[in-house]
Parts: sequence; C-alpha cells; structure tokens
Amino acid sequence: MNWLKYALKRLLMLIPVIISVTFILFIILSFAPGDVARMVLGQDATEEQVAELNHEMGLDRPLLVRYVRYMWDALHLDFGRSWTGNFDVLGEFSHRLPYTLLVSFLAILFATGVGIPFGIASAIKQYSLLDYGSTFVVMLLFSMPAFWLGTMCQLLFCLTLHWLPVSGINSWKSFILPPLILGANTMASMIRMSRTSMLDVIRMDYIRTARAKGGSRRYVTRHHAIRNSLIPVVTQIGISFAGTIGGAVVTENIFAIPGIGTLLINAVKSRDVPVVMGTVIFITIIVGVINLVVDLICALVDPRIDLAS
Amino acid sequence: MARKKKTKKPLSEYSAGELILFRFRKNKLAMIGVGMFIFVTLMILIAPLIRPYSMVVKQDIVHRLNKPSAEHIFGTDELGRDLLARILYGGRISLFCSLAIIGIAFVTGAIIGGTAGFFGGKVDTILMRVVDMLMSVPSALLAMAIITALGNGVWKLVLALSIGQIARFARMVRSSVLTLRNREYIEAAKCFGSSSWRIIMKHILPNGIGPIIVSATLTLGSVILSISSMGYLGLGVASPTPEWGTIISENKVNIQYYPYLGIIPGICIMLTVMSVNFIGDGLRDAFDPKSKK
Amino acid sequence: MENDKKVVLEIKDLHVQYNTDDATVRAVNGLNLTLHEGEKLGLVGETGAGKTTLALSILKLLPEKVGEITKGSITYKGEDLVTASEGHMLKLRGHSISMIFQDPMTSLNPTMSVGDQVLEVINLHFPELSSAEKTKKVDEMFNMVGIPASRKGEFPHQFSGGMKQRIVIAMALIAEPELLLADEPTTALDVTIQAQILELMRKLKEEFNSAVVLITHDLGVVAEFCDTVSVIYSGMVVEHGTVEQIFEGDGNHPYTKGLIHCIPSLTDTSKRLKPIPGRMPDPRNLPQGCCFADRCPNCMEVCKQRLPEPYEKDGHMILCHLYDEKEAKNA
Repeated sequence: MNWLKYALKRLLMLIPVIISVTFILFIILSFAPGDVARMVLGQDATEEQVAELNHEMGLDRPLLVRYVRYMWDALHLDFGRSWTGNFDVLGEFSHRLPYTLLVSFLAILFATGVGIPFGIASAIKQYSLLDYGSTFVVMLLFSMPAFWLGTMCQLLFCLTLHWLPVSGINSWKSFILPPLILGANTMASMIRMSRTSMLDVIRMDYIRTARAKGGSRRYVTRHHAIRNSLIPVVTQIGISFAGTIGGAVVTENIFAIPGIGTLLINAVKSRDVPVVMGTVIFITIIVGVINLVVDLICALVDPRIDLAS
Repeated sequence: MARKKKTKKPLSEYSAGELILFRFRKNKLAMIGVGMFIFVTLMILIAPLIRPYSMVVKQDIVHRLNKPSAEHIFGTDELGRDLLARILYGGRISLFCSLAIIGIAFVTGAIIGGTAGFFGGKVDTILMRVVDMLMSVPSALLAMAIITALGNGVWKLVLALSIGQIARFARMVRSSVLTLRNREYIEAAKCFGSSSWRIIMKHILPNGIGPIIVSATLTLGSVILSISSMGYLGLGVASPTPEWGTIISENKVNIQYYPYLGIIPGICIMLTVMSVNFIGDGLRDAFDPKSKK
Repeated sequence: MENDKKVVLEIKDLHVQYNTDDATVRAVNGLNLTLHEGEKLGLVGETGAGKTTLALSILKLLPEKVGEITKGSITYKGEDLVTASEGHMLKLRGHSISMIFQDPMTSLNPTMSVGDQVLEVINLHFPELSSAEKTKKVDEMFNMVGIPASRKGEFPHQFSGGMKQRIVIAMALIAEPELLLADEPTTALDVTIQAQILELMRKLKEEFNSAVVLITHDLGVVAEFCDTVSVIYSGMVVEHGTVEQIFEGDGNHPYTKGLIHCIPSLTDTSKRLKPIPGRMPDPRNLPQGCCFADRCPNCMEVCKQRLPEPYEKDGHMILCHLYDEKEAKNA
C-alpha cells in the first residue's frame, strides 16, 4: 500500500503545479493583442455589440478576476469555447486526445522496444560493427529535425513506393510511419542512454563479484547487469515523454492527424487563447501523471528508492 | 617517436585547462565538428560575397524550379528564387538565433541558479519553485503559448524558446554551486580567509563551469532543431524571410517532384547540428575523461 | 619453511600486462609463489604493486582485451589455469577458488536481495540440491557469519559496511572453496570492524581448512593473521618467508625494512616514522635493474644494471644484490 499512498501524495502535489502553471499561462496569454470580441463578431458588428460581448466574456474585468473565474469554470470542467471556431474546448479535446495518445504511446513503445535492446547489445559488444552502426544511427537521428525525417520518409515510403498512406487516419497503416518518426529521436536517446548505462554497470565491482562466483558472462549480464542498467533508462522514459508530446505537434502536422497537435498549431496561428490555454494545461497534466507512473516503475526496479520518505 | 617523447612534458606538469585542451584536440570527431562548424559559420558570414541579399527575395518566374546547375548551384524554388542565397541568409537566422537563445538562457539561468544555490534558504525555495513550474510544461508548448501571446517575429521566437531553456540552466547551475559549496577545498579556502567573491571566481567558477559549457553546447544542437521546427510549422519566422525550417515548409508541395528543395536545406541543418554535437561530445569527454566510452 | 603438505597453488614467472591506448602497463613481472594446503599467505605491497592483478589473474578475470597474461604459469592442484578453458574456469570460480573483494560497499548487487546473492553461488555450483537444502545451507552460512537469517530478504543498502563484508564472505565460503583470495578485505572498514572480520575469517578458515591468500598493505594484519608472507614490489616477490622470518629475522630486503619502519608503534613513542622516499617506478616504463634501486638506501652500482638472483636460506627468499654479495663472500 506504500506505493498507493505515494501515488496519491504525488497526485495531490500536482494540484499546486497546475494552479501555478495556469496562472503563468494566463499572464503570458493576456499579452495577446487584438480585440477578441471584434475578432469573434467580425467587422460589421457595432461598437455596442462588441462591448456587450466583451462584458459577456468577462474580458473587461481585471486579470485576477478573470483568472479566478477561469479556474472556477475549469473546476466544473468548462474550459471555455474557441474564439475562432464554434466548438467547446473540452469536447474538441476529448475527440482528438485518443489520436495523440495513440501515436505517442506507439512512439515510446517503438523507442524503448528497439532502443534499449540495441543500446544494451552495443554495450556488450563494444567496438563491434553493431556498436559502431548504432552509434552512427544515433548520431544521425540526433542531428536530424523530425519534420525533415518525416517529410523524407513520406516522400520515399508513401509518394514513391506507395507502401503507406500519405496522410490522414484511414486505416491501421496510417499509424505506422507517424510513431516511427515521432519516436526516432527518443529511440536514439534510449540507445545512447542504455549503452552508457550498461557500460557503466559492467565495470561495476558487483559484476566482477558475480563473475568470481562462477557465473558466465552471459549469465551475469542477464541476472545482474541488465536490471541495474535499466534504472537510469526508465527515468529517462518519463523525461522523454514530455518531449514526445511536444514532438507530436510536428508529426501530426506532417501526416495530417487530427490530434491535439494540429489543434494547437491552428490555435497558436489564429491566437485562439482558450484553446491554447486548455491544450497546454491538459498536456501538462498528462505529462505529470506519466512521470508519476514512471517513478513508480523506478521504485519497482530499484529497491534503494524508498517511496515512504 | 623516441625523441618526441623526451621533449614532452610529463602529464602532471600540465594545468587542468591545458589538459582539457589537449584531450579535446586529440578527439578526432570533435576536431571534425570544429572544422564543420567553422565552415558553416564562415559561409554564413561571407554570404554577401557569394550571393547578394537581393537574390533571397528576387522572384524569377521564368527560371522557376530549375534543377541545380552552374548558375544556381542549389537550384531555384517555385518562385524562381535562388535556393543557395536563401539557405545562406536563412542560416544566419537559424544559427545566430540559436546562439542568442543559448546566451540568454545561459546568463539568466546562471543568475537565477547561482543566486538560489549561493544564498539558499527562502530565496532558493521560491526561485526553484518557479523553475520547477516552468519545467513541468513541455518546452515546445511553452514556446507556442508565448508565441500565441506575442505573435510572429524573429526576436519574439528567440524570447519564446529561451524561456523554455532558462529553467534547465538554472537547475544545473544551482546544483553545481550546491555541490561545490560543500566541497573540502571550498572549506579550505574559507579557512584561509578568502572572500566570497574570490571563492566564486577562483574555485566555484572554474570547477563548475565545465559541465555547464558542455550542456550548453549540446543544447545548442537541439535549439537549432527547435528553431527550424518552429519555422516549419510557420511559427516565429514567417515567409518570405528565409530560415532553414521555413525553406523546407514553403517547398513542401514541390518536394515530391523536386526533391532537392527538401534534401539540401535538410542536410544543411543536419550538418550544422552534427558539428555542434561533435563539439559538445568532445568537450564532455575532455572535461570528464572518465565519462568517455 | 619446509612443508610436506600438498601444494595448492603454484605460480611461476608470471607476467601480466595491461594494454591501453597509449601505453603498456607491466603490472606483474616474473612473480613466483607457492601455496600449500591450509596455508595462510600474506601478500604485502604498496598500492599499484600488482596485488589485485595477481588475484584477478588466478581467477582469469582480468579486464577483457586489456589485461593479458604474457608469460608464466599458474598451477592450481596440478592443472594449468593459464591455458584452462573458460568453461573449466566457470566450475572453479566460486566453487574451488573464491575471492573477497576490497570494497564491500560496491561488491554487492544493489538490486538483488542479499539472500539471493548468497543463494546464487549454490544455484550455480550445486544445482542438484533441493530448494529446501539450498535454503538450509544459506541460512547456516548467514548464522556462521553472524547475520540473522531473517534478514536474507533485505537489500545491500540496508546493511552497514561490516555487515556487507560478512555477506561477501558468506558468498565466498558457502561452496567451501579450497583456495580463498581475500583482496584487502578489511581496508574499507573501521578498525574495530576490521578485527571482527579478521576473527571471522580465521574462524571460518579453521572450519573449512581453505588455503588463504590475504592481500593487504597492512603489515599489522599480516602479522596477526598469516603463516607466511610475500612482499611484492613492482609486480615481483622481493621477499618471502614465514611471519617470524620477516618480522623477527636478521636479514630483510631493504624495501621490507622500509615497510616495517612505517608501522606506527604504540610502545615506542620516541621514534619518528621513517617513510620510504620516492614512489614506485612507473609500470609503463620499468627500469632495467632492480625496481627498488631508486629508493633504496643501500643502492649499489650493480643494482641499476641487472636484476639480482634470489638468495634463499631456510625457505626465506630475498631478491636483493646485498645478499647476493654476502653469499659470494661467504662462498
């Protein structure tokens, strides 16, 4: 039950973070210029109509009042309506979230599923062809912008070879390339992390002890080295998740996936404050929860972590 | 060989700085990185000698979508603009903005983190709370929120992206100040009666700066990538101002039949980021030879 | 010391080197050593004298691709270990030859319970035992090293340094090895704990009658624990004899003399400690003659030119030109 207590505590700790993050976002976004009511009503509206709408949206009141009102509404799951499109932020969000989460999870799955084994293998066979090969791939992926890799892969696999659909979400095939592109960078850092970590671990005294006990190299790697080398890598997964969600904005844009990323880009371009606000808050919460889960996994792997304290 | 060895000083006679430089110089990849980076910077700086700025925006419909040739080494785009000129001047934005972002984040982060670490107590708690808060928002999203508020523009983009980096630097500086503050040799310096200022300049700075410089270099690579991604998404730098990401984005529709329009700017980004990463890795190994794998 | 007991370990003219990117480090240079059944041999020398390298060479656990045995033989109960296959070594390690490492803080796996780590030895070498028998053996061993068996499920970070070393000893002895290599088993521990651990090792040694090689730089520990002593300098045995011969005998190698002068004495307060001047020669660049020549108070011209021949009397071996000369005069 220790971990349950810990999880609850961490969830509670998320509340002040969310409150302060929203406050900061509120201040930042209050700098957004322009007459919102005019934007909503169009050029033909009269001055009175504009003033009336401003009053209705509460935009004529001081910042702090508006903030409290926003939070009060948010508490009742009302995140406002879009300024430029005719939709409810939360509703739109719930339509789009599954796509973003699906692509992001597949990306992380790919990154860890491929990255960690390759990283560990190249540490075990240091200076082998595999090691040099994966180091080279890591180097390339770290210096390549994801949007470029995406565009180039789209050009090759979709437009030239016609193996995969170019964009949209028409079939399961639409969910092959986007996660690969989104996860590519994370995979590179997973390879690098697990390689470094494994190299550190196999030089540890306790590995030598295990060998002195009569374990073969393969046995010692399997029973002692891998578990220990995974500890820093698991922590890294949590950190990568924030980057992956941020990267999803780009990937969704390339492959025209109707997720949160495309919503956010359009909102930023049209300065649709409620949508930007809502999106950033939601993603911050998701990232916070994911990090909590990762910390729990870490505690499972590493007995030195004491959740009680 | 034998004679060379005799003239060489024993390793113990080199100063720490000399040793770092020595190890850095021995690192082949790092030297390649330095070479590539100098080349890129030089090309960007002498751009006016290669292509006048007017060619960046000069449209020439007759010569639109020309494949690379002697006249247009990198070819021309949909509007007949010379791709080489656009890449050269675009590089100015990509590279100089990244350096500015790192500079701003580095200085601000060092001030915040240094203050928090050195004074501790309430100052530390308050500053670090703010930093933690900034860090809990994915930096790409934070930058987008700021751009929503400020609108497009090169300097607004710089501001938006540097705020996301400040928190990281602040944390790093703080933790290195904290660990160093409690080291024995700082205690020893205090016992000898050194002033706080002298301790900071003479002991904390030289010992703590290494990892921070390394991290700044490695972050530079990812910042270049962020700028071009923002450009690709149409945030920050807007067409017709060239920027490596915007160049790819504005040619998106033509890439299928004129792949050079996408490949060339992409390779430019890649080589620049790669050179920075090589330098960063080389610095890391030079500062901390134990970490070398 | 004449000994008609069986020879457990015999090392002849062993050379070990580490090949790094910029240099070849000669860690062991022509080392000879004989160990009999049940004997407790102390291996004494400064840091970097090649003591740990020797222990790792016996187990053939030198760092791969870096450490290399270039010459000589290691014979364990009549079989040559230098040429032995890895498969054969796997059977010996932990079963017939065990090792206790220097730092108990780092020599236990932090993510595995201590009970499992001790049990692992049994699983590796006696897989045929039933799990009840295995558990019984582990529990017995825990009791023997003075840790309640109820703490088996705990992890290394929950134990103190001395306790961890007890666990390491339990791991090393549970298979009742014939040869135990103890690499500075007490160096990382408090003095009071040191005494406890030595006492424990002595007790267990009687129990299992293993031959022990105790590697240390602490002459006090050697005098207390060992039967015979080998003094190692620059990867060579420069003096070998029984504890009495070394500590109370008339002739010593100048290096051993220096070491003995470095022991602080509680009774004799007037004397200042006499440190040995200088440092050990760089193992990347060994001198031509005797390695100790540069630091030796009795250095002669011949010392810088060639290595001395071993001088031996009643099993007391000294590798020094001083005794060469004496011998020559006597003859």
